[in-house]
Amino acid sequence: MTSAVMDAHHSEAHHEPAKGIKRWLYATNHKDIGTMYLVLSLVMFLTGGVMALIIRSELFQPGLQFIAPNVFNQMTTMHALVMVFGAVMPAFVGLANWMIPLMIGAPDMALPRMNNWSFWILPFAFLMLVSTFFMPGGAPASGWTMYPPLVLQTGDAFPFLIFSVHLLGISSIMGAINIIVTIVNMRAPDMSLLKMPMFVWTWLITAYLLLAVMPVLAGAVTMLLTDQFFGTSFFLAAGGGDPVMYQHIFWFFGHPEVYILILPAFGVVSEIIPTFARKPLFGHDSMVYAASSIAFLSFIVWAHHMFTVGMPLTGQLFFMFSTMLIAVPTGVKIFNWVATMWRGAMTFETPMLFSLAILFLFTIGGFSGLMLAIVPADIQYHDSYFVVAHFHYVLVPGSVFAIMAAVYYWLPKWTGHMYNEKLGKVHFWLSTVFINVTFFPMHFLGLAGMPRRIPDYSTQFTDFNAIASVGAVGYGLSQLLFVYVVVQCVRGKGEKASSEVWDNPKGLEWTVPSPAPYHTFEVPPKISSSSTFS
Amino acid sequence: MTHAEDRYYVPHGSHWPIIGSVGLFLLMVGVSSWLNGSDTGFWVMMSGVAVVVFMLAGWFSTVIGESVSGRFNQQVDMSFRMGMFWFIFSEVMFFSVFFGALFYSRNMSIPWLGGDSNNFFTNLLLWGGYESTWPSNGPGNAGGDYEVMGPFGLPLVNTVILLTSSVTLTIAHHALQAGKRGLLKIFLAATFILGFTFVYLQAQEYIHAYHELNLKMTTGIYGSTFYMLTGFHGMHVTIGAFMLTVIWLRTMKGHFTAKHHFAFEAAAWYWHFVDVVWLALYVFVYWM
Repeated sequence: MTSAVMDAHHSEAHHEPAKGIKRWLYATNHKDIGTMYLVLSLVMFLTGGVMALIIRSELFQPGLQFIAPNVFNQMTTMHALVMVFGAVMPAFVGLANWMIPLMIGAPDMALPRMNNWSFWILPFAFLMLVSTFFMPGGAPASGWTMYPPLVLQTGDAFPFLIFSVHLLGISSIMGAINIIVTIVNMRAPDMSLLKMPMFVWTWLITAYLLLAVMPVLAGAVTMLLTDQFFGTSFFLAAGGGDPVMYQHIFWFFGHPEVYILILPAFGVVSEIIPTFARKPLFGHDSMVYAASSIAFLSFIVWAHHMFTVGMPLTGQLFFMFSTMLIAVPTGVKIFNWVATMWRGAMTFETPMLFSLAILFLFTIGGFSGLMLAIVPADIQYHDSYFVVAHFHYVLVPGSVFAIMAAVYYWLPKWTGHMYNEKLGKVHFWLSTVFINVTFFPMHFLGLAGMPRRIPDYSTQFTDFNAIASVGAVGYGLSQLLFVYVVVQCVRGKGEKASSEVWDNPKGLEWTVPSPAPYHTFEVPPKISSSSTFS
Repeated sequence: MTHAEDRYYVPHGSHWPIIGSVGLFLLMVGVSSWLNGSDTGFWVMMSGVAVVVFMLAGWFSTVIGESVSGRFNQQVDMSFRMGMFWFIFSEVMFFSVFFGALFYSRNMSIPWLGGDSNNFFTNLLLWGGYESTWPSNGPGNAGGDYEVMGPFGLPLVNTVILLTSSVTLTIAHHALQAGKRGLLKIFLAATFILGFTFVYLQAQEYIHAYHELNLKMTTGIYGSTFYMLTGFHGMHVTIGAFMLTVIWLRTMKGHFTAKHHFAFEAAAWYWHFVDVVWLALYVFVYWM
């Protein structure tokens, strides 16, 4: 080894962040990249939120108020794409970037340059996607599921939609490879797989799901592209294809995708509840097996999204029972969280409040999911507002609440300052009340027969729609409070945070100072029995 | 040396990823506009390709430089190995979509259009007594009458070529491990030459299919699955052959040792992967 290389290495060990824009454009530091993911996620969350409010404004009263029906469809489509791929997924990848190296005692992500690439593809992908609003024919209006033949009626936006989905897929695949390799290859020597924190475990499983299904989505949209531009017949019956085949392929991606959106949320809750119950996580290993079972089952339930398109009776029975089977491992998780709190010394800081709300509200979404799994019932509920209520109950007070809980939980570690606890609690209560005001009435609307994705409705649905719209505006405005609390904390307005932040929390991330130094664990830490829960 | 090896190498800042993102953006926007009928779109796409190629060359030469200067310890090497493994796994999933489409149409949608299961009236009223067969271009006779691409002739030659290239690649690998550089260079060169020969013959097969068999992408579901599967496979063979060419050029420069040659192995894994995909293709697309 020449001395020049050794010198270079020596100087790198005490490396400070680069100045200005280069720090972010050329970033290889997992904390910088995690921050960028989280900021992008917040921007997309607010963007998708504005679209949601446009939808709710239109639905405040029966009749057409503000936007043309086609624009309404563009809003529902883009709201879903932006929220799923722009808000929730990048937020969890951002949390993974920030926390996984800190939780397993790694110096950084395993492949830091690829980490940068995974992130920086995203802003370009969303630039492409959102720019379609200004194209002839407008943005995609087929729903985020992009079913043919409807999606083939998209105007100039069509290839932009397909290729932005490709970009999102490339980004997710690289991000998932990085997370798997980091977890498998970069753990501190004493950290065996079953000693890993639950957040790391759920992300390992999530990353595997991403690698298995993002290429499937890429294949599906590629076939849409060739059907549109190159004369293939994949989804055209006259040529021997089948539009229903698209639905099968899409949902083979789509169902694991919804667990990609929720498994890291389970991980977050499994970190937070033990800290504020001051007890180890109940049944750590069974949580691992439950999450793995959920991931396995996610591959064999997809057709429950398409019971009404027609399939053999045996198919309906298989997908009905396999879907209901998911309630078993999910129930294991819920009961383990409850058992963790049993006789715990509980306190109710904002992250804990959000986690508790997840327990109640996600479970409501789970139960409505069970109702939808039952074939004869689903034929009634299909494509109604009941479905909208169901998946918003699992995605908003499930995934989004978990992201916010995680931000409150780890923000002091990131910034070195406490957030404003009082305002945090106000934000929690406003969010929780308004989310129920928004989505609970949708159950009734759906059961009464109101179809989704229609800008107008029959007059008997007016009251509940008005209530839902009021709730949506309230929820949207409450998130501005969240932005305020986070910005104040980042600006250092709160009191100084200790390295532990909370009352004797477990995990390696609490052994480094707050704010976490730019480089951590350049030498792998020794793991004492007190720093892990199992 | 020991000092560098006891820590995981974390690069500090790199401009290649952002260049790659800009390149991909130009590429995707360009191809989208081109498909929408804009001629400038084509040139935007080509500029994107150029930027991506520039990025790949620059990024890889940076990493090769770091590797040659001994910055990567065992753990970094393992990260690269796992990364390549999971990348190939995602590629397997990508191909399985098109195989899935092939099996679905053969075993489900085509028989259903022919009245199978409970589709008697669909067949009678919509498709006028269409009788399901495979291969098929559907009840609408999409693309007009055509002939099927048989398993013998060029496809068989191509199978032999790819299988042979796997053998030559393995001989090259053993030569590298045994320190026989001369043998390594010859057999590695033979491997990528066989690879490019495969691509050339595949192109000849396409020309034959288009001009003499009237078998086109528009030939219903048979043409669709045929060209999608063989097309993406051919694209991957091309990429793999370029990878092996770069590895060969590096061997000519004296890179790789008997113990440290991850890049060689990564390219070899990729090559075996496209080989296995071809075997599945040969059985399910050409033969059965």
